[in-house]
Amino acid sequence: MQSLTNRMKVVERKPMTVWEKMYLPAIAKGMSITFGHIFKKKPTVNYPEKTRPFSPVFRGLQVLNRDEEGRERCTACGLCAVACPAEAITMEAAERLPGEENLYLEEKYAAKYEINMLRCIFCGFCEDACPKDAIYLSETFAPANYTRKGFIYGKEELLIPDPKTQPEEFAKARGLRK
Amino acid sequence: MHPLLLAVDWAMIAEKLILIAIVISSSLLIAMYETYGERKIAAVIQDRRGPNRAGPFGILQPMADGVKLFMKEEIIPGLSNRFLFVAGPGLAMFTAMMTSAVVPWSSHLDIFGRRVELQIANINIGILYVFGVVSMGVYGVMIGGWASNNKFSLMAAIRGASQIISYELAMGLSLAALLMLSGSLSLKTIVENQQDGVYYFFYQPLGFLIFLVCAFAECNRTPFDLSEAESELNFGYHQEYSSMKLGFYLFAEYVNMFISSAVMATLFFGGYDIPFVNDSALGNHIGQNWLALLQGLSLFLKVALFVFVFIWVRWTLPRFRYDQLMRLGWKVLIPLALVNMVLTGFFILIKQYGWPF
Repeated sequence: MQSLTNRMKVVERKPMTVWEKMYLPAIAKGMSITFGHIFKKKPTVNYPEKTRPFSPVFRGLQVLNRDEEGRERCTACGLCAVACPAEAITMEAAERLPGEENLYLEEKYAAKYEINMLRCIFCGFCEDACPKDAIYLSETFAPANYTRKGFIYGKEELLIPDPKTQPEEFAKARGLRK
Repeated sequence: MHPLLLAVDWAMIAEKLILIAIVISSSLLIAMYETYGERKIAAVIQDRRGPNRAGPFGILQPMADGVKLFMKEEIIPGLSNRFLFVAGPGLAMFTAMMTSAVVPWSSHLDIFGRRVELQIANINIGILYVFGVVSMGVYGVMIGGWASNNKFSLMAAIRGASQIISYELAMGLSLAALLMLSGSLSLKTIVENQQDGVYYFFYQPLGFLIFLVCAFAECNRTPFDLSEAESELNFGYHQEYSSMKLGFYLFAEYVNMFISSAVMATLFFGGYDIPFVNDSALGNHIGQNWLALLQGLSLFLKVALFVFVFIWVRWTLPRFRYDQLMRLGWKVLIPLALVNMVLTGFFILIKQYGWPF
């Protein structure tokens, strides 16, 4: 038979020589191999204390963005919900009342904004579809939960912290994104 | 007080009781940390990190394991023999601990002019006692496996029993050669002999090798852990056990490991003797109590080394097949031990009477 690689090896079933029958040399060899592994570098990353750096294009959990003055950018246009191939996004729009100008950027805002994280496939189409730069995918991923209900993320989970009152949390949630 | 009671040396009894308490509690503690060491070394050998969550470097892991085992539900199978089912793990633990009685842990202390031997019982048949207790250890396995009323457990118990009985022979024969050298069965005398001269390992390398292999078999450690072969027998003789009764069986293995390491260090590596140092001269210099402490430490280091070898071998070698195990025991180790014995006798005679030919 023609060999595709040069690594083919015909199986031999020769009786063992006296040296091999003694087992001890082979055992010593094996023991030295395992002993050598003691000093090898471990590839494990100590996860909760240390995380592997994500690539800047990593698509993780969605974040609803605010502008520099802490106003919600989302206008509940529904383009993200239309773009979503998994149909994970639902929202309800509401009209901005007088006196709420410091809360919402435009006259219309999302009163309810929900993403079902069990449906979401983290494709990032919502981010691409958004004309207001209101939603983007962060560098974290959805943590585990006990119930299915817990995976339906509402505004309180998605909304980024206010840059005016909580600048540190805002910067942390913002990550390396511009 | 009754005159007979006055004749009893109460101080001696108190001293022995304290020593027993110390030896038992420290061997339990050491066994606990053997489980930690086992997991850590296994991890390191396999390029992993091992337990590192409970406490710094995971050093509280044994406590967490213990608490976990205590919290588990105790299940006694309905068709098992209740009394024997409970007696099994107790017996395993008991026999594992009993061997420690004759091991000399260090030389002696001088407390208020009183000579305190750091050995629970310096009996002149020390090695025979070790053999007697070690062969009783098989009852823990057998009773546990039989009382579970489970076919896998019974198979494992039979395997374990036949393995321990077969390897005991080679163990005894390998030690017979050593006893021809030492001329005494007392472990204390054996250590003292080695303190003056060369460690018996250098006279008896083959005997040591045989003893080491047999010690692995007696402790049911890989490559001889046929009685708890998960892949073949589900879990082995302690399959039906849960909670702390299972914990006792697992723990007895580690206590056994510790004690057999201590016996090996005592018999072949000079026990509590500090290597490369003249112990009595050092004792004159720093005082007997400090010397005893250092000697105890020296024995402990030797034991730790052997325990490491036990663990290292476990994570290197695969398990023997049953027929290979029996062939190794009966057709290799016993003839080798006999040859070793004959050669030793031959050389002793030559040394005594000169070359006769």
